[in-house]
Amino acid sequence: MSSQAPMIEMRNVDKRFGSVIAISDISMKVHRGEVMCLLGDNGAGKSTLIKTLSGVHKPSNGELLVDGKPADYQSPSDALDAGIATVFQDLAMIPLMSITRNFFMGREPTVGWGPFKRVDWKYADRVAMEEMGKIGIDVRDPSQPVGTLSGGERQCVAIARAVYFGAKVLILDEPTSALGVKQASVVLRYIAKARADGLAVIFITHNVHHAYPVADAFTLLKRGSSLGTFRKDEVSREEVLNMMAGGAELESLDAELSEFQRNEQHDDEITEGSLPASAAHGPQSSGARLATGY
Amino acid sequence: MSEATLNKDTGDERLQRVSPVKKTLSRPEFGAVSGAILVLAFFAVAASGTGMFSGSGIVNFLEVSAQLGIIAVAAALLMIGGEFDLSIGSMIGFAGILIAIPAVQFGWPLWAALLFAFSFAMAVGFVNGMLVVKTGLPSFIVTLGFLFILRGLAIGLPRLFANRTQIGGVHDTMAGDWLAPLFSGYVGTGLFQWLADIGLLATNFAGNPAVEGIPASVAWWVALTAMATWVLLGTRFGNWIFACGGDKNAARNVGVPVNTVKVSLFMFTAFSAAIYAALQVMDTGSADSMRGMLKELEAIIAVVIGGALLTGGYGSAIGASFGALIFGVVQMGIFYTGINTDWFQVFLGAMLLIAVLFNNYVRKKALEAK
Repeated sequence: MSSQAPMIEMRNVDKRFGSVIAISDISMKVHRGEVMCLLGDNGAGKSTLIKTLSGVHKPSNGELLVDGKPADYQSPSDALDAGIATVFQDLAMIPLMSITRNFFMGREPTVGWGPFKRVDWKYADRVAMEEMGKIGIDVRDPSQPVGTLSGGERQCVAIARAVYFGAKVLILDEPTSALGVKQASVVLRYIAKARADGLAVIFITHNVHHAYPVADAFTLLKRGSSLGTFRKDEVSREEVLNMMAGGAELESLDAELSEFQRNEQHDDEITEGSLPASAAHGPQSSGARLATGY
Repeated sequence: MSEATLNKDTGDERLQRVSPVKKTLSRPEFGAVSGAILVLAFFAVAASGTGMFSGSGIVNFLEVSAQLGIIAVAAALLMIGGEFDLSIGSMIGFAGILIAIPAVQFGWPLWAALLFAFSFAMAVGFVNGMLVVKTGLPSFIVTLGFLFILRGLAIGLPRLFANRTQIGGVHDTMAGDWLAPLFSGYVGTGLFQWLADIGLLATNFAGNPAVEGIPASVAWWVALTAMATWVLLGTRFGNWIFACGGDKNAARNVGVPVNTVKVSLFMFTAFSAAIYAALQVMDTGSADSMRGMLKELEAIIAVVIGGALLTGGYGSAIGASFGALIFGVVQMGIFYTGINTDWFQVFLGAMLLIAVLFNNYVRKKALEAK
């Protein structure tokens, strides 16, 4: 990308929990205005990796550099202060609390002095409304509980919060996995916007249709180790899909499903159930299912 | 992925004015406030002419409410923060003993005994909290342990130092003590005298006002409720309390110091129990090993009636205060109307169930798209 130091860099990072090696010898760089897509199956170590980046875990070995400087975080708030904001899968949102209270959770703006220092909720409400408006979500009432928002809207509150608080590195843990097509596109557009604003984005997903349009590079994890980093111009969408899901497995699944379907149709001549119809939809609808994050 | 989230993706057709009535209904303290109005109205009719609503009658039920209210407010903050403290009741007995033994047996000045008891109580609260946050054990179990430990100490210590379980004679140590007036006597005596002088307040045979002033316990109750409400709604710490109770991992991930918040809340419940103890010891002039029995459960009931969720993250200090008021009104109301007091417990249990059902319903409503 550029000649300047990467916004965030991991050098030979290991993380062990007791005798379990969660990730080993991971090296990765993300520059400003770059989206790094982190791919890997369940258990590949993606979560451990981002938790190490965001200060939840300390690396057992290796180095973490932010803006070229070594970083040693004791807690997530240290990482936050350094501009590394993570939007966790569970969103770090509290359903029963209002949008504003969630938006400013842990970083409430205060006015007043000494024991009379209080949170400036008026200002907070206004900022929350504005920030949500910027990403095209019209908040009806900033005091409504987050639980009343849809999944996509919640995701956007979480990302908007991270960006508002001066994130330089944005880590998104499967931000689109629970979303419908339309909502996912809202989130993806927002990721593209964050990149344009010069943020370094680390984006974890299972969905190649979400990953490919916005990513600049892909890092593949398998069983705790990195299988390498690929720039977007080096790989095609299909190759990425193969890397992330194990294309061979998908192919064999397809074969299995069509086999299943044939058998069902055969049975159907006798029983006339509704199962074959739904089974027949299986392979065809796999695209749609991928799009919704399966 | 549900269709529900898909079809309300865009558009302003979702916009609907929320009526102020509905907003009021969805406040956590709504149930408790309306419940309090209901029982007050009921006893205003049922206990009319019994003196329950005379000046001194009002002070009576307010004092009963105030004592419970003091610990209920602290328990409310803790429950909103996602934890319980079952050791509050035992702490009341224990803190009372900690005031009386040094003051009466060792001859310490009362203020020193008070400071000692308060510090010790808060230290126990600290241990309670640390055990909960460091081990991740449910606070139910940890504080259940302290329920027995503290009660045992409250019985054992006076036996050891005074060879009995009740220590009297605290009144004698109160004279001239600078800290004692904080927990005894009345506030606003001048105002009440003036009200009596201009004929707005009934006077007794000696021409003094029937009510001397606002009892210290009531003043503490009101002050703590105001302070807790201010903290919850107005300060960063209040937002952190909601966050810890709502989802402690989520809160921690955005940088809320979850452990600090929880430990301070445990210290606050212990502190409130010590206030309760101080008020009671100075009112009666004695400490007793058995004081505060079952108060932890009464406090929890008041908090739940006040609209807090047992799972944390939702509730109000005002609600807990009104929950305590319902308690006081009914307890004294039953006394004044001459209903057999056995029925009080039936009422308590029924209230608790109704409150929980109501809260459950309110929470569901709150999370539905408005």
